[in-house]
Amino acid sequence: MTAAPRARGAEAGAGVLALNGVTRRFGEFTAVDNVSVEVGPGELLALVGASGSGKTTTLRIAAGYEQPDAGTVTLGGADITRVPPERRGFGMVFQHYALFPHMPVEENVAFGLEARRVSKAERLEKARAALDAVGLSGAGDRAIQSLSGGEQQRVALARALVIEPRALLLDEPLSNLDPTLRQAMRDDLRAMLRRVGVPALFVTHDQEDAFAIADRIALLKKGKLLQVGTPEELYEAPESREVAAFIGRGTMVPAIDRGTTASVIIGGQTRELNVNRPKGMSLPYGKAFVVLRPEALELVGQGGNSAWPGRVVNRRFAGGVIVYRVELAGGVTVDVESASGNAHEDDNVAVAPTKGPFQ
Amino acid sequence: MRSSFRRQSWLIAFPVILLLLWTVVYPNAAVIAGSFENGLGHWREFAASPADREALWTSLVISVASVFASLAIGVPLAFLLGRFNFPGRRLLRAVATLPAALPPLVGVIAFLFLYGESGLITRIVQRILGMQEAPWRLKGVGAIVFVHAYTMYVYVFLFVSAGLERFDATLDEAASGLGASTWQRLRRVTLPLLMPAVGGSALLVFMNALGSFSAPYVFGGGLRVLSTQILASKTNGALGLAYVETTVLALSAVAGLVLFRWLDRKRRYTLASKGGRKRREIRSRRIQILTSIAAAIIVIALVLPHLMVVLVSFARDGVWTTQVLPPEYTFENYRRLFSESELWRPITNSVSMALVATAGNLVVCFLAAYLIVFRKFAGRGLLELLVALPWAIPATAIALGLAATFNRNDLFSGRILLVGTFWILPLAYFIRDIPLVASAVEGSLRQMDASLEDAARGLGASWLLTMRRVILPAARPGLVAGGLLAAVTAVGEFVASVVLYTHANRPISMEILAQLRALAFGTAAAYSVLLIFLVLLMTLAARSFEERLA
Repeated sequence: MTAAPRARGAEAGAGVLALNGVTRRFGEFTAVDNVSVEVGPGELLALVGASGSGKTTTLRIAAGYEQPDAGTVTLGGADITRVPPERRGFGMVFQHYALFPHMPVEENVAFGLEARRVSKAERLEKARAALDAVGLSGAGDRAIQSLSGGEQQRVALARALVIEPRALLLDEPLSNLDPTLRQAMRDDLRAMLRRVGVPALFVTHDQEDAFAIADRIALLKKGKLLQVGTPEELYEAPESREVAAFIGRGTMVPAIDRGTTASVIIGGQTRELNVNRPKGMSLPYGKAFVVLRPEALELVGQGGNSAWPGRVVNRRFAGGVIVYRVELAGGVTVDVESASGNAHEDDNVAVAPTKGPFQ
Repeated sequence: MRSSFRRQSWLIAFPVILLLLWTVVYPNAAVIAGSFENGLGHWREFAASPADREALWTSLVISVASVFASLAIGVPLAFLLGRFNFPGRRLLRAVATLPAALPPLVGVIAFLFLYGESGLITRIVQRILGMQEAPWRLKGVGAIVFVHAYTMYVYVFLFVSAGLERFDATLDEAASGLGASTWQRLRRVTLPLLMPAVGGSALLVFMNALGSFSAPYVFGGGLRVLSTQILASKTNGALGLAYVETTVLALSAVAGLVLFRWLDRKRRYTLASKGGRKRREIRSRRIQILTSIAAAIIVIALVLPHLMVVLVSFARDGVWTTQVLPPEYTFENYRRLFSESELWRPITNSVSMALVATAGNLVVCFLAAYLIVFRKFAGRGLLELLVALPWAIPATAIALGLAATFNRNDLFSGRILLVGTFWILPLAYFIRDIPLVASAVEGSLRQMDASLEDAARGLGASWLLTMRRVILPAARPGLVAGGLLAAVTAVGEFVASVVLYTHANRPISMEILAQLRALAFGTAAAYSVLLIFLVLLMTLAARSFEERLA
């Protein structure tokens, strides 16, 4: 018996988890507004957004704790919108893990099997196997209170996995871990989730977590789905200003769209930049925005013709590179990554774009 | 599922709300309606009666005086124990809450034995001063406030002590760093921050004093207060007037509640629980000795009522007349309690009625607290109000309402005959203890992570399994503590009992009163000791139960 079952695509019920045009209102407030996403078997999809963006409500709709006012939830094509959570057979990991404080570790892990009326001997055996799978062998009779944050997270994961879930849902699975543990858990979590082979949907406000774990990212803002795509797509080809502003660092500047290039004017200095046109953007020669990412800018010698002159207002060492914050003319401030540490605060410098493409 | 959730919430909430409407709201509504049965007739009668106006005024005076007396004892005691170290501190701390362990009537008779006309202290003072008559009489407003102060200062002490413990010591340090003197710090920092605790406990004392029955009943002499006046009117058959008096008493309580809330309206801060302030050693040798002497006197004053009751319980009935102490001692009182079935009866009555009431409290309050903490449904506000309501209604009013409602079988108007049966007193105890048990369970459930219920359901657990394996264990500390308090109050209950008891189901408190009237002090005291013993036993049982499960 493997606690973390392999992909069971052939089994009945296993399949794509889909939210179709889901909407949820709380009084006047629309928490989730017509959101559609699909997660395939073995795929990891991250719901990303700031707090209040509706990502947790979306997850709770997928789990069955909330009912959508409109739209449906399907699993393998079957409508499960009205199926209550206790009959969905999903594994859920809660933000604060929601481990039962009055039960030892193995009883926590075995609880889902207890609910399924599995005999005591069998469920304890499976619970131990699940604990082995998350690297907590022999922790079965420990008290929940004696576990570290990372251990609690593993127990919560084991508890969700032992019921052989048809889908996995995780609410901010890493947000309660300290930074070093968090880095390590990202890799572990991705490996464990991939092994299970069922659709996995997880919520995070941290885009770095999302980049590190997810196959695809769904970006939400104020209940609306802004864009779904691979991390690379979101970073390199944001479909809207909002996506560009949320993903990665960078300064957004107004530009004139000229097809494969865009003209950016800062303090009277115009520069022509190569750009990645977002899909679906069909009207060239209009007003647009370009993101100036720190890694796509460089400091150049004073007097460069088409460089933008500016003044260093802040200099920060970021391991391997120096990040300069440069105030350009016209009140535009950009971050510039540079390998050289020659410039200092209050120095006058010039900033030029690298080859691009820009977004 | 949201829709079926709502349905399920209502499925549990409906019977609970219905039960509370029927047992808490309906009787009180019946009382108010009864006061108008004659149009404004009964109200005019009330307004015209000098006795009733005096009763209302005296009730308010006693309540306010009890508040100030309790504050005068509780606040300094909390400061003394919370801020200073002195020889005897631990002993004083251990006995400081002792008065709360005395059932109301037992406290009253202990005071009678100590400070009454033929009481121990009275006689000693009389001897020392060589007086012909007792130096004072334990009668009237002063006597009542004296007893109230002894039993009720504990609320103030506990609230203020808790406030001091949570008090952020750095605030005091900040103030002294800014150059504030000890007095300025006390006046401008410490006391204002303790005001919520002081206000909360003052409200509690006010409500208790307003509804207090035993002290006015025993020490009142010719004095009238509303609660005793209600019983008198009822006994005289003037039910309409009793309804008006009950309504006025309940309105006074609500007015007090509203007034305190209004006075407290501006306080929006809470004390951060940094705590950790060291107690100061008293340096001056003289003050240290004085403090210890004062502490010793307080300890004796606090323990004396208990000791006196124990002592008198061994006194032979009818022989203690003019002596300082009872002259003859015997085990006879106890032997009779356990061997004579008529004397044993009140004990089984009280225990079984308390158990029935507590069982009811546990079931209903658990469901109510669960709904209030975890469910969102249209009737939740109503449920919260219903659960808190009995707290604002004096026990005499609750009892009279029950007497007015459950006095006949009439299913059409929702009445069943309970008056004169075993069930009327457990019902009264049940109602009185609803707020207590519900808030204890609520406290436990609020500490529980709300997502535990979601987690259990997500893992496939049915509602029943979730209740049994997740919610109930989380509620357990509150259930044990609330159940214990409910059982303890019910077993010694007097105020509602005196209105509703019958000879067959008389509780211990009524028997104590009867023995007292027959001047069988020894027997009355033996009952009292037994009552204290029962309370102790229940506390130990609850503690060992909790330890076994934890």
